[in-house]
Amino acid sequence: MSETVLLPLVTVASSLVAGLTIFMLPEKRRGLRSGINIAAAVIKLACVLWMIDGVLAERVYEARLPFLPGNDLVLRADAMSLLFATLSAILWLVTTFYAIGYLEGAPRRSRFFGFFSLCVTATMGIALAGNLVTFFLFYELLTLTTYPLVVHRGTEKALAAGATYLAYTLAGGALLLAGVVWLHALLGTVEFAHGGVMAALGPETHPQLTAVFVLVIAGVAVKAAVVPFHGWLPQAMVAPAPVSALLHAVAVVKAGAFGVVRLCYDVFGIEFAADLGVLTPLAAIASVTILWGSLRALVQDDLKRRLAYSTISQVSYVVLGVGLFGPVGTIGGLVHLVHQGIMKITLFFCAGNYAETLGIHRVTEMDGVGARMPLTTAAFTVGALGMIGAPATAGFVTKWYLGLGALDAGMGWVLPVLLASSLLNAAYFLPILHRAWFRSQAGEWPAERIRAVGRRETAWLLLLPPLFTAASVVATGLLSGLSFSPLGWTMLIAAREYLR
Amino acid sequence: MTPADLLWILVALPLVAGLACVLLPQRAGGTLSRLVVLPMIVLAAGVAVAVADRGPLAHALGGWAPPLGIGLRADGLAAAMIAMTALVCAAALLYAEPYFTAHRAERERSSFRPLAWTLWASVNALLLSNDLFNLYVTLELLTLCAAGLAALGGNAEALAASLRYLLAALVGSLAFLLGVALAYAGTGTLALPELAARVAADASAPVLAAALLAMIAGLALKTALFPLHGWLPPAHGGAATPVSALLSALVVKASFYVLLQLWVGPMKPVSGDLGAVLGALGVAAILWGSIAALVQAKLKWVVAYSTVAQVGYLFVAFPLLEGDSAGSAFGGVALQAIAHGLAKAAMFLAVGTLMLACGRGEVAAICGLAGRQPVAVFAFAIAGASLAGVPPTGGFAAKWLLLEAAWIAGSWHLAAPMIVGSLLTAAYVLRVLRCAFLPPANDAPSQRVAATMPALALVLALVALVMGFATTPLLSLVQVGAGGIAAVAVEPR
Repeated sequence: MSETVLLPLVTVASSLVAGLTIFMLPEKRRGLRSGINIAAAVIKLACVLWMIDGVLAERVYEARLPFLPGNDLVLRADAMSLLFATLSAILWLVTTFYAIGYLEGAPRRSRFFGFFSLCVTATMGIALAGNLVTFFLFYELLTLTTYPLVVHRGTEKALAAGATYLAYTLAGGALLLAGVVWLHALLGTVEFAHGGVMAALGPETHPQLTAVFVLVIAGVAVKAAVVPFHGWLPQAMVAPAPVSALLHAVAVVKAGAFGVVRLCYDVFGIEFAADLGVLTPLAAIASVTILWGSLRALVQDDLKRRLAYSTISQVSYVVLGVGLFGPVGTIGGLVHLVHQGIMKITLFFCAGNYAETLGIHRVTEMDGVGARMPLTTAAFTVGALGMIGAPATAGFVTKWYLGLGALDAGMGWVLPVLLASSLLNAAYFLPILHRAWFRSQAGEWPAERIRAVGRRETAWLLLLPPLFTAASVVATGLLSGLSFSPLGWTMLIAAREYLR
Repeated sequence: MTPADLLWILVALPLVAGLACVLLPQRAGGTLSRLVVLPMIVLAAGVAVAVADRGPLAHALGGWAPPLGIGLRADGLAAAMIAMTALVCAAALLYAEPYFTAHRAERERSSFRPLAWTLWASVNALLLSNDLFNLYVTLELLTLCAAGLAALGGNAEALAASLRYLLAALVGSLAFLLGVALAYAGTGTLALPELAARVAADASAPVLAAALLAMIAGLALKTALFPLHGWLPPAHGGAATPVSALLSALVVKASFYVLLQLWVGPMKPVSGDLGAVLGALGVAAILWGSIAALVQAKLKWVVAYSTVAQVGYLFVAFPLLEGDSAGSAFGGVALQAIAHGLAKAAMFLAVGTLMLACGRGEVAAICGLAGRQPVAVFAFAIAGASLAGVPPTGGFAAKWLLLEAAWIAGSWHLAAPMIVGSLLTAAYVLRVLRCAFLPPANDAPSQRVAATMPALALVLALVALVMGFATTPLLSLVQVGAGGIAAVAVEPR
């Protein structure tokens, strides 16, 4: 088997094998379990980086497995899949370290890490899916493997959140399935291709295709938590912090956003979608979501819930970028897929640190936490400023390109939305920073579990991951001109989508 | 010996094994059961391979060619069903040994073995029959074995359920016999190939329409198509676990198989608008069965109502078995019959293990069993995924093809309930899984269970899972000798 077949397979299989192995391990084999986890994450990352090099040279990485008649399971690496795959691979590695530290001594860790690895498998499968059926398969797998993580704590609240999560995501999956089957009845096999695969269909099918668009986009919009399908996300925050961090800032919502991107560009084709007239409504819904999420975030006292509503708002920047027809808007949306991921994971890591170290779960409990945990709070600050879109952070790059893209597309009404959203972002993040840095501690911490020892404000495994991701937020912002930055890579994608 | 000789061996060997189980002492019967299971699986696989390679197999018993003698014939669908039957029967027979030991039910065990082996023989004979009268006889034999097995639970409830089942099944047989008699009156033949030719020559004869109606009514009652399903949940829910697996996975499939073969074969010209009626009843069965499964308090009743719903998927295919959608619909219904058989047997075996481990039969009683019986819970989850049509299971492939057929035919009213049914299936499967993951109650009794029991459930569930990847060869197998049914388009349209 040649390297071009093997690499996509290993990328997906590394975490699958790790997950299945971990299920078999007894609870107390902590060292072996962590070793398997980290080894799989490193192998996966290496495969992805190797493929990046090849895709740059226009090499095709593709693995096929016979499945339904005329419908293979296809794993294929192109520029767009590698954008998502790289993000997931890097953040999986980081989160694995964090989770090992976070779950130190907690019960049922084999189950947790097993499903955690399966989730990453599903995410990688979504990233590398080469046709609709493969995409759907991994999309459903993601739903089913994240459920045990959401209900991991087994409390009544967690089970209720899990039920809500499943109700939303399974219904979304059903919509997606309906759309996918319909497309197959119209087109035969649907392989992803630059510029879409619809051009051959005559104008008489356009009403049907519009209906299909609504079905499939609604299907993936559930995971992307687009209003009105966002209800599950804030509830799912009962999950442990590493789950919220990786799965609800990266894997699940990003799978939805990536689905929107994939369907619009490589199934419908962005120009065809523009001709159908479905992009402007998409941009409008994304705008509503951006504002609604920010407004709701303002009034949340629970830190993780505030972050969850912020996620709802921020993920729709990606959808908005798709809705703005034109290469510049595409760049803004796609690059936010990465930027939002590293910013939000930083914030969730920090929220987890506050909860694990001091028992802080609410914004009102954060007075003076900057003095007690300066490094964590510094990382949080970088993430928050990035979300607001401060210059020299990743968030600024996103908003700059989205704004330009809106003007390019002649959709000037998007600018006030971006502006209002930035103001709202500032309104719900700056008070947190103010409390943390400028107020003094009010009474005892709610539940101090880890004592500070010199510079070590909390366990190293909890501290280093957010510092690394915060540094990445600044690095991607400052070095966005390099061709290997997320921005450089999305420019490559935009060029391949528009200049065929 | 030619491959065609495999056909009579497939009927004779289980019959001999059943007789031997009656004559031999308890212990020797158990050993014999365990020993003969493997060759049966090999034989069934041999038939499937032979049919896939050389086309349909035919064998005339005693060298007497039909219509004088009895002819056995295996086309692709029959071969695939024989293979599924072999796996399910083998698992049920092996499962029964520790099951009856755990229940201290020696008497039941000594009745189970001969009945189960005879049931295996009669299912194989039915699948291989090539004329109406043999179909009737094998159906009847199957019914008697099944009713006897259903009575094994021993308590008054199980006896009442099995008696109800027997009555319903006999009424169904009589209706089918009436249809057979009418068909014979109309055409003068019982052999399926000749029947096909004569029906095609005079499709408008009212006696043929009456014959088809009587056959459909009888077979639908035996297959428990909504609203004729009332007998099924108490019978399948009250029986001993290995029996439930046989009844749900195989017995309802046998009568369905007869209906399907007649529908796409000899009786096709007379079917008229009946397909739409069967499709509508199928839709009702999907919705009614799934919702009923969602509210059952007892585990086995959840699984039994799930059978009512999954049988609905089989009937949804009938209006789609013509025109452009025929290929996908036929492939879908064949895969659904096989995938449901495997997954449902796995689910019953898993549920039986869980019930044994916690000593009770309610859904709420299995709290905490995810920790103590992980293999059984895992098997249940995979089987449930296949029933709900989650990729990449065999159930997904089946439902995908059925949905595609509905879409090609423009039948929204069939496609939408299928998708809703999948969601409801996920809901009742997850309701059980959720209980398994709850923390255990403090006073929960815990009984040790032989490791082979959950292992057998898992094996069947994994076959249902892997089947998703063998869709292409399976589809080309079931299309062997499938008459006028077009092949599923393998190339993109």
